[in-house]
Amino acid sequence: MESYLEFRDLTKTFPGVTALDRVSFGVSRATIHGLVGENGAGKSTLLKILSGAFRPTAGDLLIGGKKKIFTRTRDALKAGIAVIYQELNLVPEMTVAENLLLGQWPRRFILLNKKEMTHRAESQIRDLLEDMDPGGKVRHLPIGQRQMIEIGKALLHDAGVIAFDEPTSSLSRKETGRLFEIIKTLRRRGRTVLYVSHRLEEIFSLCDAVTVFRDGRRIETFTDMKEVTPDLLIRRMVGREIRDIYDYRPRNGGEPLLEVKNLRGPGLKGDISFSVARGEILGIFGLGGAGRTELLKLIFGAEKPAAGEISVAGRTVVIGSPVSAIRHGLCLCPEDRKTEGILAEASVNENINISCRRHFLKAGIFLDKRKERENAGRLIVRLKIHTPSGEETMGNLSGGNQQKAVLARWLSENMAVFLLDEPTRGIDVGAKHEIYRIMYRLAEEGKSVIFASSDLPEVMGVADRILVMRNGGIAGKVARQDASEERLLSMALPAG
Amino acid sequence: MNREYLSRALIRLWINSGMVAVYIVMFALFSLFVPYFFTVRNMIGLALSITTIGMIASTMLFVLAAGDLDLSVGSTVAFTGIIAAVVMNRTGSIPLGILSGVLAGGLVGWLNGTLVALWKLNPLISTLATMQIVRGAGMIVSNGAAVGITLPGFFVLGCGTVLGIPNPIWFTLVIFIIFGILLNNTIYGKNILAIGGNREAARLAGINVELTKNAAFILQGVVTGFAGVILASRMTSGQPNAALGLELDVIAACVLGGVSLTGGVATIQGLFIGVLIMGTVQDVLNLMNVQTFYQYVVRGAILVAAIVLDRMKQRK
Repeated sequence: MESYLEFRDLTKTFPGVTALDRVSFGVSRATIHGLVGENGAGKSTLLKILSGAFRPTAGDLLIGGKKKIFTRTRDALKAGIAVIYQELNLVPEMTVAENLLLGQWPRRFILLNKKEMTHRAESQIRDLLEDMDPGGKVRHLPIGQRQMIEIGKALLHDAGVIAFDEPTSSLSRKETGRLFEIIKTLRRRGRTVLYVSHRLEEIFSLCDAVTVFRDGRRIETFTDMKEVTPDLLIRRMVGREIRDIYDYRPRNGGEPLLEVKNLRGPGLKGDISFSVARGEILGIFGLGGAGRTELLKLIFGAEKPAAGEISVAGRTVVIGSPVSAIRHGLCLCPEDRKTEGILAEASVNENINISCRRHFLKAGIFLDKRKERENAGRLIVRLKIHTPSGEETMGNLSGGNQQKAVLARWLSENMAVFLLDEPTRGIDVGAKHEIYRIMYRLAEEGKSVIFASSDLPEVMGVADRILVMRNGGIAGKVARQDASEERLLSMALPAG
Repeated sequence: MNREYLSRALIRLWINSGMVAVYIVMFALFSLFVPYFFTVRNMIGLALSITTIGMIASTMLFVLAAGDLDLSVGSTVAFTGIIAAVVMNRTGSIPLGILSGVLAGGLVGWLNGTLVALWKLNPLISTLATMQIVRGAGMIVSNGAAVGITLPGFFVLGCGTVLGIPNPIWFTLVIFIIFGILLNNTIYGKNILAIGGNREAARLAGINVELTKNAAFILQGVVTGFAGVILASRMTSGQPNAALGLELDVIAACVLGGVSLTGGVATIQGLFIGVLIMGTVQDVLNLMNVQTFYQYVVRGAILVAAIVLDRMKQRK
């Protein structure tokens, strides 16, 4: 079949790094083409070249057989290419219609024609807007609907190629289903869709073809999904065998370490009670909005509890702030690395040492920078954080390595309870595997690990025991051996 | 490839020491072409002229690096000078006068800290408000007129010299060293930069954000109070209209010194250069007899140039 979109020997180098290395492949019209690979494999660079954010060092990009070079994102948009990133580019204080037509607002003489704007927004993409009010502010909309607006923008620009970068990472199951329907509609209407995702089940349920990237190279393109299995894709992505990425080993739990009784707080409905033993990994499963993040933040003192009791090692403690939580041996790796986890501008060393500086002081006041460097260096090696050096800027690391650095922060402290919120979200298979190993080791050292996840196979693969949340309350507790996908899901789904 | 490496190395050099290079070139040119610029007398005069800005900028650095702003420092300088003058005249005690001036500054800082750090009000508006309140308080206490100081012993503080160099210059140097160490070699300094870099991440990493920010405002107030006392000593009086618009000069010096207004980025070396540039330009404009009206224009233009350069730096 003729390729509508074609990459020919596309190369992009940055000083010291080759992000894309002579990548060539074609994408047919009216297909959904998956792009998979570990972080840093080159998928994002490819999308950025497509959107005009980067210029290729060498090679060509062909659309409908014609060579195109974009120097600005506007050029790409004019040529009919829209890239929908994880971070949505919407103006929260503006209305749905205003956002949809951003940059091409209809005018009557010099005044804004609001009627026409609403009309155009509604008439062209009524199916997307469904239950949205075109005059409502974007700020009030859930993330799934915001994504629909981005897609609507692409359609209003009459984009022939629409690329999605990890679109479902913050969507609920229902929103994901709706997004898939819309992507399939796009295909029916003759649009070419590029789809980047770490979730292989999505690739299999959605894509007509898939290209695997590794280390900036295109490894293989499968144009018939019947030939492919998830195992094969993973093998191609990592370039080695990973038999079982969870690699679970049974452990013996000890006495209860953290006990939560009748906890109540913002975002939670009903009282929450549970306990975790020493050496136990407790998985908290729930769909988006179930209250997982809220619960972890409440335990960590990042939010004020309205009622309830928390005890650590049998002693009731009062936790009013992260500072006091840390004093009692509790630590949190937040869900949103970028806004809550890392200091993007600071060095990796700074990011690791941020919480444990008081152990490395001269005369009780002055920082001992040599000791800090040593501490960070030790953890970089121990957690296999891939970075040119400890002085590297944190923002330049891949998501998986940033996550490891955030974890490293707490490993230099004598923490007892690790609260990990979506610890593997948006990171690649290899890094996921390493994070699991770190979690196992913590448990084997007698610490308690509580991790929240919306990834069902992960929860079942890693946790000793599973707490299912629904609508801000506990829907049930399931032992590892009793867990099945059906059982957990039916508990997590809203009743009725 | 090689060229890219070279340009990257140049960019790094620029980021690390760009302003130093600019200043050295500037200084050399002025020394060659501006009469009387490179003389001992002018150099001491130049240094003396930047002492007030310099002292206050060294703590403004912390406020800005934490992502806040303090507009009240100009008013505080006037207020604390008046308080020191009044207390000294009433009690006849120089130490008590100095102490009350410094404490008055600390009090203003504590008020700012309460509004911005504890109650989480917008720093621009909050300190704009305290700027007015404190300026008004100074006028109320002084009845709107200069308060002459009747204890000549006090004037040694601002007008005396050690090794031929006026005392305020020594004070400024000491303050720079103290706050340089605080920024680079203590947990407190690192926490300030972390809060400015990512407030929520810093909080979840176990940093007490409120306390840290509050302390920055209090330090700012105390140092500004001290600067106010020194200025009163130099002027031999507390003046209600002293240091009008000083807050903007201080912030400008910080920006010239590479302190990021969004927080998270600041170096004491950069600040030192920033303060020097401000003072040197002013000095040269005076030496060349440029009218005050034009001086404003030149200073504004330099500030624009500084933020443009800063922007280029961020783009890499």
